[in-house]
Amino acid sequence: MRKQRGLSIFVLLVFIFLCLPLIIVTVTAFGENPSIQFPIEGFTFDWFKKVFEISSFIDSFFLSLQISFLATILALAVGVPAAYALARYRTPKTAWLKSFFLSPTVIPGVVVGYALFQFIVVQLNLPIYQGLLLGHFLISLPYVIRVVGSSLEQLDFSIEEVAWTLGCTKVKAFIRVVLPNITSGIFASFMLAFINSFNNIPVSQFLSGPGVSTLPTTLMNYIEYNYDPTVSALSVLLMLGTIVLMYLIEKTLGLASVA
Amino acid sequence: MSFVDLEDIRVSYDGKNNILKDLNLSIEEGQLVSLLGPSGCGKTTTLRVIAGLIEPNDGAFKVEGANLTKVPVHKRNFGMVFQSYALFPHLTIKENVGFGLKLRKEPKDIIHKKVMEMLEVTGLADFADRYPKQLSGGQRQRVALARALVIEPKLLLLDEPLSNLDAKLRINMRLEIKKIQQRLGITSVFVTHDQEECFSISDKVAVMNQGVIEQFDSPEVIYNYPKTEFVARFIGFENFFDLTLVDDQTYAAPDGSLFKTKRAWESTKKVGTIRPEDITLLEEQSEQTVNTLPGEVKVRTFLGKSYQYEVETPLGKILVQDGHSTAYAAGDKVSLYIPEEKLILV
Repeated sequence: MRKQRGLSIFVLLVFIFLCLPLIIVTVTAFGENPSIQFPIEGFTFDWFKKVFEISSFIDSFFLSLQISFLATILALAVGVPAAYALARYRTPKTAWLKSFFLSPTVIPGVVVGYALFQFIVVQLNLPIYQGLLLGHFLISLPYVIRVVGSSLEQLDFSIEEVAWTLGCTKVKAFIRVVLPNITSGIFASFMLAFINSFNNIPVSQFLSGPGVSTLPTTLMNYIEYNYDPTVSALSVLLMLGTIVLMYLIEKTLGLASVA
Repeated sequence: MSFVDLEDIRVSYDGKNNILKDLNLSIEEGQLVSLLGPSGCGKTTTLRVIAGLIEPNDGAFKVEGANLTKVPVHKRNFGMVFQSYALFPHLTIKENVGFGLKLRKEPKDIIHKKVMEMLEVTGLADFADRYPKQLSGGQRQRVALARALVIEPKLLLLDEPLSNLDAKLRINMRLEIKKIQQRLGITSVFVTHDQEECFSISDKVAVMNQGVIEQFDSPEVIYNYPKTEFVARFIGFENFFDLTLVDDQTYAAPDGSLFKTKRAWESTKKVGTIRPEDITLLEEQSEQTVNTLPGEVKVRTFLGKSYQYEVETPLGKILVQDGHSTAYAAGDKVSLYIPEEKLILV
């Protein structure tokens, strides 16, 4: 095959454009100077140590982990049956419903955040933690419905009908025949929804309150007053975490099946 | 009362259009009955009503006199084979076949024995530990059959089981299904749109059209003696023309030519029909006798073992298939002989 030189250069440029900021942030995390600079002077791991010394980072990290995990589990509990119903009973109405369920991914995050703030905090007056959880559940749901839905659409539902004729009740057939064949979709949607929820800023920003703040919002607030490489170090740690997760997805399912 | 009875079954999805209309069907024990018809005629719906996958809006479904209309699928104990085979992709062949027995909480050693016996019968013993995707289409089909049969079902339901196989395999498989069905003596319902497949395998055939059964008879009767125009067209009759009764057994066509036939279901039927291969082409005759038609060959097509002619006659275009060595050319004047015993009134 002939090499497309022009195209190769173009792809390389895009690649550099995407990676350069991440590389710069990574480098700045090791600078000795107490304000972020590039290129760096000296080399130190101190900023990584400092990340673990700031208690608001640690607390919000665990809160983020907890909220994202619970929200994703809730989204799975609601989303898997919903995706099943949407795939199993296809009518013009369900096509409309499907678009509706995916709408939170299309509407700007700030709008979703503000709308949830109005509804959850102002109208329902829920405690902050529960409100935050509810908000994250709502932004995770579309991912579950989309990803589990696409693996259900590839499923031949006659295997479920065969299971019925062989003596399975509907619930039993779902557990023994449908679920084992969509585990990859469930796992992939879990990863996607979890990462998305963990990184979310707009919704968290609106729904956080005193003492209840996720890691990304804490990070934002920190940057407002401190411009030291601690944020870079924290970013590097988060990137590492995400890379490990992505590697796991790639190894178990292949990224192509997720996107 | 037969072994299986469908009584006045009506199915409608939207409340307005009926998929099945007052459908009645009786199946004797041990028979293999086919539902034959074009797509959308309701044959699969009928099978799904029998399986319990669709609940009819009206009517009753009975097996040995017991009304099963409201009994859910999983309590009916019918074996079903789907067009897509519908094997469980996450289970081995052995586990697929044993699935129904495991649900019945039978002891492990009995399950193993029954499964291996069934795999032996269907020639799959060597594949017990493989997964469905490692098998060919024909093998998957046999797994689906084994899985349906191992639960010793009261009824075996087959939904176009052969249509995903290539032509040669299809012929082998239908023989195999017939053999297994006869050996086990299991009452079976077979859905297909392929008339050859259906005639070769069935004890009786129900030809369906738009939600009703047009004719329910043995394959021979349906092939030779269709009851309605739809059935005739579906099984290969091509030429249709109006006839009026003149006197006992003699009918007149619009142009005045006379036909005799012994084959009318009812004397009121007034459309004559005949298969292209049952008409004989003769040299043009000076005098027209009963059951002959004058004509002119318009198009000749070579079909291999015979020629097909499109002949213009006073009754319109008539298709003729003639295997005789004398080939007529376009423009030739001919006479068509329509044998009395082959002319059907529908």
